[in-house]
Amino acid sequence: MAVITQREFARTKARRVWMGRGFYALCLLAVCISLAMLGVLLVYLGSQGYGRVSWDFITSFPSRFPERAGIYAALIGSIYVVGIAGIVSFVLGVAAAVYLEEYAGRSRLAQIARVNIANLAGVPSIVYGLLGLEIFVRVMELGRSVMAGGLTLALLVLPIIIVASGEAIRAVPGSLREGGFGLGATRWQVVRHLVLPQAMPGILTGVILAVSRAIGETAPLIAMGALTFVPFAPDGPLSRFTVLPIQIFNWVSRPQEGFHEAAAAGIIVLLVVLLLMNALAVILRNKFQNRLEG
Amino acid sequence: MASDHTGLDGSGNGAGSGSGNNSGNGSGGGQAGRALRGGWRRVLPERFISAFLIVCTLMSVLTTAGIIFVLLFQALQFFGEVSFIEFITGTRWTPLFHSKQFGVLALVSATFLTAILSMVVALPLGLLSAIFLSEYAPEGARRVIKPVLEVLAGIPTVVYGYFALLFVTPLLQRISEDIFVFNAMSASIVMGIMILPMVASLSEDAMRAVPRSLREGAYALGATKLEVATQVVVPAALSGIVSAFILAVSRAIGETMIVTIAAGQTPNFTFNPFVPIETMTAYIVQVSLGDTPTGTLEYKTIFAVALLLFAITLVMNLLSQYVVRRFREEYE
Repeated sequence: MAVITQREFARTKARRVWMGRGFYALCLLAVCISLAMLGVLLVYLGSQGYGRVSWDFITSFPSRFPERAGIYAALIGSIYVVGIAGIVSFVLGVAAAVYLEEYAGRSRLAQIARVNIANLAGVPSIVYGLLGLEIFVRVMELGRSVMAGGLTLALLVLPIIIVASGEAIRAVPGSLREGGFGLGATRWQVVRHLVLPQAMPGILTGVILAVSRAIGETAPLIAMGALTFVPFAPDGPLSRFTVLPIQIFNWVSRPQEGFHEAAAAGIIVLLVVLLLMNALAVILRNKFQNRLEG
Repeated sequence: MASDHTGLDGSGNGAGSGSGNNSGNGSGGGQAGRALRGGWRRVLPERFISAFLIVCTLMSVLTTAGIIFVLLFQALQFFGEVSFIEFITGTRWTPLFHSKQFGVLALVSATFLTAILSMVVALPLGLLSAIFLSEYAPEGARRVIKPVLEVLAGIPTVVYGYFALLFVTPLLQRISEDIFVFNAMSASIVMGIMILPMVASLSEDAMRAVPRSLREGAYALGATKLEVATQVVVPAALSGIVSAFILAVSRAIGETMIVTIAAGQTPNFTFNPFVPIETMTAYIVQVSLGDTPTGTLEYKTIFAVALLLFAITLVMNLLSQYVVRRFREEYE
């Protein structure tokens, strides 16, 4: 390090301070740009689709005429598929998390499962669609049904639920378990009556996160062979179907302006549903927290 | 296996039922019989439940196995008919035409083009946002900005596709008339916006994990905030930041709907971002939407492409985990 004079120091210091301010401005700008993008996105969607959202839009079937097209079939399809995905992935995910956190210890299966979950989360969603196409649609002969779609999405969101539930279970203090064991409870009794109730808010948050992800998924269901034009609502687990994001995709890919408007309206409905889901997550979490503390 | 574990770490359960049985055998009275039966009633459901939990855990392992099996099974049939060398080195991709060519590089180049361009957007914005959140923002602002940014990550990709095609593309076309309706640029910009919160959030976590004492040491030496951020915090958190970038690239490579909607369905071996292209994921969607009969060569191509896609993203995910493990700076 060279020794510098006071004047030199004063000069470089002024420069350093100015560079610091410039950098601060740059960082602030980056955040503002990012937030502005969100704003532009939402405002644009709102302005494009606002006029088309109506009760008729929600309760009408798709149509060749853009002004008559609605999302009823897609909405019901989404509810079916996401419902199945939510229930199946909840059971599998919580069970796997309980096993990994409370039962497995350092067993070989647990180690494999942990590495596996970390990698599964990075698999592109469309690959799950091909898995569903081969296993559920063809091998298990469920056809391109809501059942096959639901199971495909269940596998897709499974890692999310396992990770979130695992974290929630790990956060339960060990003393609680030891108290249970000390009273002679079996492992399952401890899990069932002490650990799970305590971990439930965290688990539910994870489930809602997973379900929100499932609601917006398009690619795996297209790869699995969901329909793009469905003039009927599904009426059972083996019924063919479409979902809201696929309906939106279908409308976006058409050249007519009217369908683009319908797509924007569909997007508004989709985003409102997602917003409600997240609000539900917050409410559920608060309710459970209050009950546990009270 | 199950009994091993309940024995190993289930001290409460194992010891409790064990002593119950022993005392029962010793005295041999009616009370002991009840204790024994009670023990079974307690142990049997335990066994059943732990077996059930193991089966559920196996499902996630089986998912991976299933993916690999399904992709390999179909892809190997495909490579029985098309040479692997031709597949991996060819630059023309026309499986749906009369004269079929299977040069996957046309799709791979498009995939990497969009992924790299989207990182050009996501990387600087994400990293600078992370520095702002971690180093500059007051706690209150951070607690508001971070979740709002994460809203961007929660928006379905089909929505971004709509935005890219109908908002960003017309905007680009106003700048230059030569830009096609379907182009890699608008898809990449929008994909960058989608990935940005992931980069910001993961990098910020890594930066916040850098101990305070390191920053304070630098301040004590007279460093400015800029110098602390760029010469102390970012280098110390570099493993986390790099791994976030790799994960983000992997996410961009696997992203489907934005590129399908906005970048086109024209396989094109080019790095020109203003012409229509087709990514690997978009090709899979294109074939899935058509009525391609199962068992045909066209049908098998999507599995060969998906296998390659799976391999690329898997390598990137493993790389990202390796970077964190290998280059983590340990303090304390």
